[in-house]
Amino acid sequence: MKRIAGVILLLVVLYAMLIWADPINATRWGNIKDVLSQQAFFGVLTLGVGVVIVTGGIDLSIGSVVGMSAVLFGVLMKSGVPPYLALLITLASGAVIGTIHATLITRLKLQPFLVTLCGLFVYRGLARMLSPNGQVGINSIITDEQTKGDPAFAQTLTDQLGTLREVLIGKTLESEFAFPNQAIVLLVLALLVGVLLHKSVWGRYWYALGHNENAAKYAGIRVERNKFTVYILCSTLASLGGILTILDYGGVNPVSIGEGWELYAITGAVLGGCSLRGGEGSVVGMVFGAAVLPLLKNLISFVGSIPWVMDRVKIDPVIPALIGLTLLLGTIADESFRRRLKS
Amino acid sequence: MTPFLSAVGIRKQFPGVLALDGVSAALNGGEVLAIVGENGAGKSTLMKVLAGVYQPDAGELLLDGKPVSFPTSQSAVDAGVSLIHQELNLAENLSVGANIFLGRETTRFGLIDDRAMKPRATAALEKVGLPASLVEVRVGRLAPGQKQLVEIARALAVKARAIIFDEPTSSLTQTETDRLYEVIDTLRDNGVAIAYISHRLAEVKRVADRALVLRDGRNAGELEKSEITHDNLVRKMVGRELKNLYPRTRVLQSQDAALRLQNLTYSGGPSAPISLEVRPGEVLGMAGLVGAGRTELAEAVFGLRSIANGHVEINGQKRVITHPSHALKAGLAMVPEDRRAHGLLLPEGTGFNVPLPNLDILSRAGLVEDAKARQMSQTWVEKLHIRTPSLAQAVGLLSGGNQQKVVFAKWLAREPKVLILDEPTRGVDVGARGEIYAIIDDLAARGLGVWMISSDMEELLGMSDRIAVLHDGQLAGILDREQFNEEAIMQLATGAHR
Repeated sequence: MKRIAGVILLLVVLYAMLIWADPINATRWGNIKDVLSQQAFFGVLTLGVGVVIVTGGIDLSIGSVVGMSAVLFGVLMKSGVPPYLALLITLASGAVIGTIHATLITRLKLQPFLVTLCGLFVYRGLARMLSPNGQVGINSIITDEQTKGDPAFAQTLTDQLGTLREVLIGKTLESEFAFPNQAIVLLVLALLVGVLLHKSVWGRYWYALGHNENAAKYAGIRVERNKFTVYILCSTLASLGGILTILDYGGVNPVSIGEGWELYAITGAVLGGCSLRGGEGSVVGMVFGAAVLPLLKNLISFVGSIPWVMDRVKIDPVIPALIGLTLLLGTIADESFRRRLKS
Repeated sequence: MTPFLSAVGIRKQFPGVLALDGVSAALNGGEVLAIVGENGAGKSTLMKVLAGVYQPDAGELLLDGKPVSFPTSQSAVDAGVSLIHQELNLAENLSVGANIFLGRETTRFGLIDDRAMKPRATAALEKVGLPASLVEVRVGRLAPGQKQLVEIARALAVKARAIIFDEPTSSLTQTETDRLYEVIDTLRDNGVAIAYISHRLAEVKRVADRALVLRDGRNAGELEKSEITHDNLVRKMVGRELKNLYPRTRVLQSQDAALRLQNLTYSGGPSAPISLEVRPGEVLGMAGLVGAGRTELAEAVFGLRSIANGHVEINGQKRVITHPSHALKAGLAMVPEDRRAHGLLLPEGTGFNVPLPNLDILSRAGLVEDAKARQMSQTWVEKLHIRTPSLAQAVGLLSGGNQQKVVFAKWLAREPKVLILDEPTRGVDVGARGEIYAIIDDLAARGLGVWMISSDMEELLGMSDRIAVLHDGQLAGILDREQFNEEAIMQLATGAHR
């Protein structure tokens, strides 16, 4: 519990600053809704990588898996696969990617850092190969089908995509945004992963693995099987992230979509109390940790639009540096907090 | 004569532990003071207070009879007090000469002045009997004994008047140890005050002029040179007479084997097959030199190495074991040689470690039954008298003996039929050792077959009912209790009989 006190405090401070920066616009439901959607989305990615980090591993390929999955989902529908089936196939592709990672890590004894770093390039390449002509958008897929293709299939697309978008994102195909349903998706997933990690035998084993793989093996734990589970879980959640992305944004560009998001997910996990050395972390922490970055970005854009600031600084170029510094401060605070707990 | 350095009524509190409770000690020039005590008695803390690493909460230090304080270890070094750590603090990638002056290099115009330092470095090396030619050699290429001597040379280069050794021989060979003793003798004859921490009692007898015994953070007594004997030291360290260290309440329960190895060979092991039996109610000791293949054999049986030929039977049933989880299901348990690397998750508590291999019987529908798990841990903490403030206290913070008991608890909670022990008392102090022997005896009395690998001759002779001796991976012989003696074992272990 003490481990997540820091990140909760950080969130409270950021929200307070947001209200201070623009008491009227920042607190509008429209803004809160957008931020919440983003926070929930990164929460999904963070859950996956967080579990991997608990076992002492890492996954750097997440952003590319998100990108590839988003494109794959679109391309499948373009080639005549109905959306529900396309969703299942896309999730399965994530599972396959996780299996490949785990195989390389357990059988060839390669380092997770290296395996998933290679993956980061490979899946980005796949995304671009899947759609060499660039942009993939759900509305254009539907319109193309309506004008040039099979009107019956166009209807299936409209129905199923409409349902998916409404259920998973809370937006209609016409982009009316009622409620950030991604938050509900995250809540359900966090509950499932939480039971796995904190209540099940597997979760215990994952912590054991993260602390000391050898001791885990001596205790009769199937180290390799458990690694398969966590890497598959991580990549499958990233694939789900890809589907959420294209549904939310409407269209994605294979060159850039998801770029760098693995770092957002990892920092989310670390802010939430996961130790990169393994063996530490909680699902509640991951959910809160993932909420920091989207909020910070929102805050910065509001601060940037305060007239006094606008006259003096152009805020856009400052964003990456500010994010980095905030994370650094967060990490320093967390580390000194932990040291005080120890002594 | 005023002692060179003395500590009076030192008190040092750590979170949860009172490490030193009014300890006094005096280091005289030209004398070797041994400081002995069980793990956790406060030896290392006292040394660190003397060397400025820790600040005492109460009490004072006197240097040449005058009160002094060492706010940093550097200030102690400046006053002539050097501490030689158990884990050597040398930069492996730098030369011997650079290490001797590390942190206090002579400079000229801001650049390191090697020419000025070299003669002083070689002089210091010669004092500890190392050749001057070593000065340019990288420390990483030296043997452990030589590194130890370089550390001493480093102390001498800053004109140390007191040198504190913390378990200096733990990684040295016999020859290196003898060399170290000679250097210590010479230092003493030159008037240096020496403090020497050790828990090898034989070496205390060899080097010390006086021995200070600590127990539970207090002075437990001092012995003059003539009084330093094994029995006197142990009595003062433990605070009571150690009777019957090796209990024997067990009786052999059956001639049938609890564990039988039948013509066993494992991949990467020796080609000659091994056949062996462990009977219920007996302790089968296993002796052998380092590298004889004792641990490897146990690992093969436990599913950590793959078996090439032959098979393993447990209670007369043939078992295929290719992973430790199979071994556990078959009723085998193993307390590994290196408990920190293989036996425990150090950052987790007893409440996590004990249930870990037993979660299959502590769960329903894949979910851990926390109450049951806690109860299991609690039961075993009480049964084995594990001293821990709580089930959550990280086991890495417990003493060696208590850590080892947690490892035992992990396995015993499953009620195995055969228990493999690999060096069960390594790094465990005398008091806790007796407790562990009593546990082993009790287990055998309940009908477990115990297979105990050990390099400790006293322990082998004291605890075993039979002793199997390995030489070069092969079974050189099995001795019955009537045939037990150190010589017979060593003859088999060195292959003299063949």
